[in-house]
This record gives sequence, C-alpha cells and structure tokens, in this order.
Amino acid sequence: MTDTPNTVAFTPERLVKAQEMIARYPEGRQKSALLPILHLMQEQMGWVSSEAMDYVAELLDIKPVEVYEVATFYTMFHLEPVGKHVIEYCRTGPCCLMGGEEVYAHLRQKLGINPGETTTDGKFTIKEVECLAACGWGPVFQVREKYYMNLTNEKVDEIIDELSK
Amino acid sequence: MARKILTEHINVPGIETFEVYRKQGGYTAVEKAIKTMTPEEVVEEAKKSGVRGRGGAGFPMGMKWGFLAKPEGVPRYLVCNADESEPGTFKDHYLMKMIPHLLIEGMIVSSFALGANKSFIYVRGELMYVIHILEKAIEEAKAQGFLGKNILGSGYDLELVVQPGGGAYICGEETALLESLEGKRGNPRNKPPFPAVKGLYQCPTVVNNVESISNMPWIINNGGEAYAQIGVGRSTGTKLISASGHIQKPGVYEIELGLSVEEFMNSDEYCGGIRKGHHLKALVAGGSSVPILPANLIMKTANGEDRLMSYESLSDGGFATGSMLGSGGFIVFDETACIVKNTWNFSRFYHHESCGQCSPCREGTGWMEKVLHRIEHGHGSMHDVDLLVDITKKIEGNTICPLGDAASWPVASAIRHFRDEFVWHITHPSEASAPGAVYRGDMALV
Repeated sequence: MTDTPNTVAFTPERLVKAQEMIARYPEGRQKSALLPILHLMQEQMGWVSSEAMDYVAELLDIKPVEVYEVATFYTMFHLEPVGKHVIEYCRTGPCCLMGGEEVYAHLRQKLGINPGETTTDGKFTIKEVECLAACGWGPVFQVREKYYMNLTNEKVDEIIDELSK
Repeated sequence: MARKILTEHINVPGIETFEVYRKQGGYTAVEKAIKTMTPEEVVEEAKKSGVRGRGGAGFPMGMKWGFLAKPEGVPRYLVCNADESEPGTFKDHYLMKMIPHLLIEGMIVSSFALGANKSFIYVRGELMYVIHILEKAIEEAKAQGFLGKNILGSGYDLELVVQPGGGAYICGEETALLESLEGKRGNPRNKPPFPAVKGLYQCPTVVNNVESISNMPWIINNGGEAYAQIGVGRSTGTKLISASGHIQKPGVYEIELGLSVEEFMNSDEYCGGIRKGHHLKALVAGGSSVPILPANLIMKTANGEDRLMSYESLSDGGFATGSMLGSGGFIVFDETACIVKNTWNFSRFYHHESCGQCSPCREGTGWMEKVLHRIEHGHGSMHDVDLLVDITKKIEGNTICPLGDAASWPVASAIRHFRDEFVWHITHPSEASAPGAVYRGDMALV
C-alpha cells in the first residue's frame, strides 16, 4: 500500500458488473467474488497492479493481503505490465507430441522474444502455460479468450500477422 | 454404432440453444424429476445407475450423494467441478462448449435431488469463452422457467452461478476448489471433515465432475437400472475418452465401458490406429498422473486377457503391470517419443502446479523435475535413477491431497517399465541429449 491516493477504479459499466458478481453469493460471502473481479480488472487494465489489488480489497471489504495472496497464487493474473496480446503457449506433454516445441521455437523466433518478454512495439508478450485442456487439437496457444489450435509454423505466421494489424 | 448417452445429439446444428436442445428431448428429465419424483427417488436412481465419478477418482456418485449431511436450517450446496486440467483430458471442455444445456439440465436434476437452492459450476479460468456459453444457456433456461424461483410451478427454487478459476490445476481437487470458490488460495483442506459434512462456507456440499452430472438427464429419463445394464461389471454406462498423441484421429469419443483397448485404439470409429508408418510404444490411459504402460501391456493384461476400457481392467495387475482409467485422458506414444523427456515434462507440470502446502510435494516435485532435467540433458549419473524412485516413495501417501501421488506415479512407472531408456540417457549423454534423440533398444523391461 502507498500513501498516495489510489487512481485505479472500475469504469462505471464494469463497476455495475462487479456489483452483480458480488450479489451472486450469500450475504457475508462477498469474498467469493474475488477471482471473477480480478479477471474483470485484468480485462480493463491488461494486468493487475498492486493499486488495483488495493481497490479490489476496498470494493470487497477485505484486507489487501487477502487479495495479494490470491493474485500471486493464480497464474492467470499478470502482475506486471504486458503487451497488447499475451500469447499463452501450452508447453505440456500432449502438445509437445504434436510438434509443439518446433512451433514454439518458430513463434519465439518470429517475435524475437523469449517467454516473459514483450516485443519492443508493445504488441506481444509470450507466456508459457501448462495444459489448456485442448490436447487433441494441439499444439495450442491462447490469446485472451480465444484458443488457437492445431498450430503449424504457417498458421502462427498468419495469426501473428492478423493480430499485428 | 455404440450407444451414446452424452453425445447422441452433440452434432445437431444449433444444439447449444435452448430451442434445439428442447426439441431433441432436452429438459424432460427436469420435468419428470420435479413433477413426479421426490428428491430421495432421484438419489435412488443415481445409486442404481452405478455411475462413478468421471473426474478421475471413480467413486460411485450416488453413494457420495448419500453421505450428504442434512442438518435442519443449514443450506446445502452442489458444486460442479469443471476445472478440467489433467494433461491429456479435454472432454469436459468439449461437452460444455458443444452442448451446454446438458450440464445445466443435469445440474437442475442433481440440485433438486440434494436439496440445493444455489449451485455452482467452477470452470477453469482459461475457458472464459465456455463460461460465456454456459451463462447464456442459464439465461435461456431461466427465461423458460427451468431455473430461478418456483421452477415449473413446483415451489422449488434454484440459482446457478458459473465461477471462473484462475489457472491452478490444484483447484480440481475438491477441497482446493471449495477454498478457491470462497475467494482464497487453492490449498486443499485436511479431511475429515469431508465436504459432505463441511464444504462450501462450512455447509454440507457435494462436488461432482461435469461428465458425471451430465449423465443424470439420461438416468432420470431411462432409469438407473437401464444405465447399469450398459458397460461391464462395476464399470457402468459410457465414458468420454479424450484421445491425443500419435494417433490418426485425436478427439473426444464416447464409448461403452468394456470396449477393448485394441478396438478403441485401432478402429476407424475411434482413434483410427497409430499414425501411418509408425508403431505403438506406450500409453497413458487416464490422464498424465496414471502409470504409463509399455506396448506389451496395453492390449493385453499380464495374464494375457484382453485389456478393456474399464476401471477394473485398466488397473488389472496393480501398478506392477496395470494402470488406471482415471479421467479418460488417453495419450498415445509411438516409437519417436522419448519417455525420459516426457517424464521430465510431466514432472515440470506437477512441480509448477504443487500448491506448496506440504513439504514432500513442494520440495519433492522440484527435486524430481531437476533430476529428470539433468538426465534428459546429458548430465545424469547412475544413482539418479534409484534416487528418483526413492523420492517418489517419500512423496506418495505423505501429502494432504493426491497431487503428490499424481506427481509420483508417472515417474515411478516410467522407470519401472523403461529403466533401460533412463540408463541409456546416462551412459550415452551426448547422443541422448541431441535434438529429437530417442532410445531404440529393447523398449520394455517388465
């Protein structure tokens, strides 16, 4: 926590959404809305800053540490700024059997970055993830809510070109 | 064609909408259960069906329902486990995105049986697009009077909430899932008390897998006894199998339990055989955590009997010569696959996903990953193989939840059946660590 005023806040539409989320749970159990609200925050900001966590804590009437411990446990939350498109690449066994590592090498080469890094134009970040439950359609990566499946080097080129526009 | 319970209408255009689902006979189980049956009678049908938990543990669902405590004035909860994350498993993902109303209908019938007025579907956060599909289906069902207050004029109220996870495999363990649903880290709870007594918000709770619950509409429409007649022995009904790896036709298939592994692997109706020009080397039959089997123990058991796709036959021979049906994640390896590399990959997964609560798992999964990494990359020494076996023994059974076991079994079984491949990596470090290198000697030492 900092002494400076918190400048992070949900947009009015998202605030309504957040309040609807909180109302889903029994009275006094508003903390259950923490994960959905963190997703909503990440949707707005692209990542989840510690100021954002403080704001969420206030919104849910819980201690900031209760938000920190959750945001740092679940790997979907980006705790540092990321590029416009975060490519979450599956590195688990079944995708590897389908040529996942070769396609992954091609992707890194094409973007010129390693996992955890962002391209200099701020467009792409690569993040390695574990199994995305799409093993029969591997290799697979995900960008926000969209799954890109049965990847080949050519397909990766097309997807990156499309997302670069 | 084999009998289909879950996927019969899955390819009907528009089946994701209420209208088309209803036309195919959808929601008749809700009408039948709520209008003509008592909750106890619904539980009885689940018991008679013999349907077993499809998430991996295989515990009879009706029996689990029977354990639910019913103290006066305390709410009870049904939570659907849709946190499908076991490597090799993608059936729930497929089922929910293709035919979301099947799960919704199953949730209504099951919630009615358990006396729950608020039920949750906990979906892994990566599947946000599936969450939107489910939420739309819930809205449709609500608009038609199948959800909400006073369902079909019966006086029964039910609200369904879809909850996203945050990318943690451990939340597939039911008590970690409940912690997560309460807005906490996914640390599994000590048991007892079991969720049936103290679950969500310390209230009696049942947690069931997507596929398990999706069987309920058929069971109500046709009766538990009819369900129990499908399958073999105590493996009743059908099972969704997620097939991946080196086969002609990866995908999700619904089989009648008791189908032979050979037919599933080779027939055109299912996997269509190993990809052309290659041959079978190994199989992980039930998701990454179950013991890997070498080629000579896949189609036949150690006794020479046909191996069947059933809970009993896949585990025939125990861990010495058998495996488990698990979640039905059927991962096929041909001769181009390196067992050491794959074992290291799975080990990295379990290390990454350990919640860190129990020392044997937190430390042990890291040690296994590290030792396997050095063997795979040409820096192993001969005592590393036995060291790995030793670590697995010290993790297994010594943790709060089964993640420790799940991390140990792939390592122990890979060494049990492919020890020569590990030894070759150690004795031939430069050859073994070359890109794409695979041991081509005698594969299995049983």
